[in-house]
Amino acid sequence: MTDARGNGPVGLVPVAIAAALFLWFLSMIPAIAEGSTLRVAWDWVPSLGIALSFLVDGLSLTFALLISGIGALVLLYSNTYLAGHPQFARFALFLTSFMLAMLGLVLADNLIALFVFWELTTITSYLLIGFGHETEKGRRSALQALFVTGAGALALLAGFILLGFTAGSFELSVILAEGDTLKAHALYLPILILVLAGTFTKSAQFPFHFWLPNAMAAPTPVSAFLHSATMVKAGVYLMARLHPAMAGTDAWFWSLTIAGAFTALFASVLALRQPDLKQALAYTTLMALGTLTLFLGQESGYAITAFATFLVVHSLYKAALFLVVGCIDYSSGTREADILGGLARAMPVTALAAGLAALSMAGFPPFLGFIGKELKYAGALAIGSEPLLVAAALVAANALMLAVAGVVAFRPFWRPARGMLPRTPKEAPWPMLAGPVILAALGALFGLQPDILQIALIDPTVAALLGSTEDAKELKLWAGVNLPLILSVMTVALGLALYVFHRGLRAALARADAAAPNFDRGWDRFLGGLKGFAAWQTRTIQTGVLRRYIFLTFATVLLAIGGTMVLRMPFPAMPDLSDVSWKNVALMLVTIAGAVLTAVTRSRIGAMAALGVVGIGVAMIFIVFGAPDVAITQLLVETLVVVLVAVALLRLPTLDPAGTRQKRRIGDAIMAGLVGLVVTLTLLAVIDTPFDRRLTDYFEVTSWPEAFGRNIVNVILVDFRALDTFGEIAVVVIAALSAYALLRTTTKAKP
Amino acid sequence: MNSIILRAGTRYLAVLLLVFSLYMLIRGHNEPGGGFIGGLIGSTGFVLYAIACGTADARRALRILPQNIAMAGLGIALLSGIAAAIFGDALFTGQWLFIGETETDKGLPLSTVLIFDIGVYLVVFGSIISLVFAMEEEI
Repeated sequence: MTDARGNGPVGLVPVAIAAALFLWFLSMIPAIAEGSTLRVAWDWVPSLGIALSFLVDGLSLTFALLISGIGALVLLYSNTYLAGHPQFARFALFLTSFMLAMLGLVLADNLIALFVFWELTTITSYLLIGFGHETEKGRRSALQALFVTGAGALALLAGFILLGFTAGSFELSVILAEGDTLKAHALYLPILILVLAGTFTKSAQFPFHFWLPNAMAAPTPVSAFLHSATMVKAGVYLMARLHPAMAGTDAWFWSLTIAGAFTALFASVLALRQPDLKQALAYTTLMALGTLTLFLGQESGYAITAFATFLVVHSLYKAALFLVVGCIDYSSGTREADILGGLARAMPVTALAAGLAALSMAGFPPFLGFIGKELKYAGALAIGSEPLLVAAALVAANALMLAVAGVVAFRPFWRPARGMLPRTPKEAPWPMLAGPVILAALGALFGLQPDILQIALIDPTVAALLGSTEDAKELKLWAGVNLPLILSVMTVALGLALYVFHRGLRAALARADAAAPNFDRGWDRFLGGLKGFAAWQTRTIQTGVLRRYIFLTFATVLLAIGGTMVLRMPFPAMPDLSDVSWKNVALMLVTIAGAVLTAVTRSRIGAMAALGVVGIGVAMIFIVFGAPDVAITQLLVETLVVVLVAVALLRLPTLDPAGTRQKRRIGDAIMAGLVGLVVTLTLLAVIDTPFDRRLTDYFEVTSWPEAFGRNIVNVILVDFRALDTFGEIAVVVIAALSAYALLRTTTKAKP
Repeated sequence: MNSIILRAGTRYLAVLLLVFSLYMLIRGHNEPGGGFIGGLIGSTGFVLYAIACGTADARRALRILPQNIAMAGLGIALLSGIAAAIFGDALFTGQWLFIGETETDKGLPLSTVLIFDIGVYLVVFGSIISLVFAMEEEI
C-alpha cells in the first residue's frame, strides 16, 4: 500500500471526469441563483408515465456540487492512498460508478428514475464497503449495509408508487405542486411511513443507525466520500426534496424531530466513547444526519437556512477530517487515539488542514461551522413546540462534537507522543493533502465571506424547499449578542470541559454502553433467527420425500381455494343434469372407474395403466365438446407419461412392500376426497358465472382475415400470443435440460 | 426389451410417426395440429425406437444430440419473432409471403408463423427425447 508508484491513467481518468462534472455544475450556478430551474427529459416507459428526466434547482445543484467536487478530491486522494493496490482499477470503477449513481439520484426528476439511482448507490456502496472482502468484518459490514438500506429501499419503492398514483404523476416537479391534495389524502400517512422507512435506513437514523459505524471497514477514501457528502445524505436529500409536498403535518414534524434529535444526541455521546479516530468520526456523522433530519421537520426560514448551511458545512469539514485520518493512518500506521501524538512536527500541512477543519466542526468563529451553529440554535429556537428542549439537545450534541473534534484533530498532532508508532510519520504526498487542505480552506473562506455561499447555494436551496428566497436568513459572523450567541458560549465551555475530562468519561461510557442493548449484536441475533427459521421450514416442507411434497402441494391448494370459497362465495347451484346424454355418462363412468382402479390396485404398472385410462377419458371429454387440439395433446401426453413411468418402474419395488401403506391410506383418501370436492365446486362456480365471449369473438372474427389461419387454437399459440408461447417453450427447454442434468448427476447404486 | 416383432414393426412405425408428425405440424394452422402436437407425435416415434432397439441405436439414428435440437428450436422460434422487427412491426408479429397469389387464390402461403411453429416442434421433440433417453440410460 505504501508503494509510491502511481496507477497511471486508470487513476487519473475518474479524477478528470469528476472535475469536469464539477466545473459543469459550477457553470450552472448563475442561472440557478437567479431563480430559474433546468429540466431535461427523455421518454423511458411512456405507457407507465416513467421518464428519464432530470431537474436542476438550488437543492439538487448544491448536492451535485458537493458530490462531484468532493468526488474529484477523493478520487485524486485514493490514487495515492491505494497506489499499487492490485485491485485499484476495480476500486476506481466502483467509486466512479457510485459517484455517477449519486449524481443521478440528486438530479432525477422522476420518482422511478430516482429509485433506480437510489438502488444503484445501494449496490455500489455495498461493493465499496466490501472492498476489503478478504476479511470477515468487511464482508459482514457490507452485507449489513446492503440489507438495511435495501430493505428500506423496498419500502421506499412502495411509497413512491403510492405517491405517484396519489399525485397522478411520477414527475417530482408535478408532485411538489400537489402538496395540499397530498396532505389531505387518505394515503398520506402510509406514504409518509414508507418513504421515511427508506430515508431513515439510508441516512442511518435511530434505530437503523448501526450499519454506518460498521461501514467504516471500507478504505478511508470511501468513508470520506460515502459518509460525508453522499450515500448517507441521500436520505436527507430525499426528505428535503419532498419537503414542499409533504412537510407541515404533525406526523412529519414529530417523526423527523424525534428521530433526528434522538439520533443526534445518542450519536454524539457514543462518538466520545470511540478509541478509533475513524469510528469517532462515523458517530459524529450520525449526529450530523440527525441534526439535518431534525431541521427538515420544520418549515421556518431559520430551520431551512440552518439545514442548507449545515449541509455544506458538514460535508466540507467531515470529508476533510476523514481524509486527514487517512493521512495519519497512511503515514503512521495506526488510528488509535490513545497512541497517537506529536504528529504536528512531522506532518505540518496535515496538522493545518486538520486544525482548520476541526475548528469549523467545533463551531469556532470565524469558520463556517460557527455560522452553521448559530443558525442551528436560531432554527431550534424558532420551533413551534418545545424549542428549549430541542435547543438543549443541540447544545449538548454540539459540545460533544467540540470534544470529539479535539480528540480527532487536535490531540494527535499537538500533544506529546505516547508510545511507539508502527511507522515513523512523515508528510503525506501532495495528492493526499490537496483534498483536506482545499476542503478545510473552503470552510474558512466561506466563514469570512458568507455572502458567496449565500448567493450561490443557500438562497437557491431555501427557495427550492420553501418556494421563495424571502425566508432565507442571512449568513453572518456577528449577529450581535443574542440567545444563539449565549448558547454558543455555553457550548464552548461545556465542550472544553468534556474534552479535558474525556478519558474518564470514555471509560464510564464504555461501561454504560456494554450494559445498554446493542443493536449490532441484535442484528446478528436477528439474522441468526432468520437462518434458523429458514432451516426449520426447509426441513419441514422440503423433506425430500416425494409423497410429502405432493401431499403439501395439494393441502396448500385445498386451503387456498377451499378457504376462499368458504369465506367469500355463496355455494354454487347444482346445474340441471336432466339432458346429459348417454355417451357423456359412459365417458364419466370409464374415467371414474380408472380413478378408482388407480387407488385400489397393488401393482405399479396396473396403477399407471389405470391412470392412463383416466387421462384418455378426459381426452375423450375434450373431443365430445369440440376441442380436438386439446384432446390430441392430452392423448399424446398421456401416452408419453405412461411410457416414461413404465421405464422408470422397471427399477422400483412393488407398491407397499412393508404394509405401511395401509396406515396412510385413510389420510390420503380424506385428502383426495376434499381436493376432488373443491375442484368440483370450483368448476360449478365457474359454470355459474356468465361466460364473457369478448375474447372468443375477437379471435373467431380476426383469425382468418388477419392471421390467415382457421385453427383458432393454433393461431393464438403461434401468432396472437406468440410471445407467451415463446416463454413456454423456453421453460420446456430449461426443464428438460435441468432434468437431464439431474438424471446424469445421480450416482448409480453399486450392486 | 428384446422382441423381434416389436423391433421389425418399429422400423416402419417410427418412420410413419415421423412423417405423420410433419403432416400435423404443417396443417396445424387450419386444421387440428401444430408444432406442439407434431413434436409430441414425432418424439413418440423415437421413444418407441429407443424402447425397441435401445437408446444407443436411437441416438445413432437421430445423429444430433436431442438437447441441441431443443436449443436450436428455441433459437429458430426467437429468430422468427425478431424477423418481425426487421420489417418494422412489433416483435412476434407474423410476416407473410404468398407465392403465386391471384385474385381468388392466396397461392402458397409462407410465413414466419410457420417458422415459429417449426421451432416449437423442435423444442418439444428435443426436450422429450432428451428426457426419455436419459431415463432409459439411467435404468
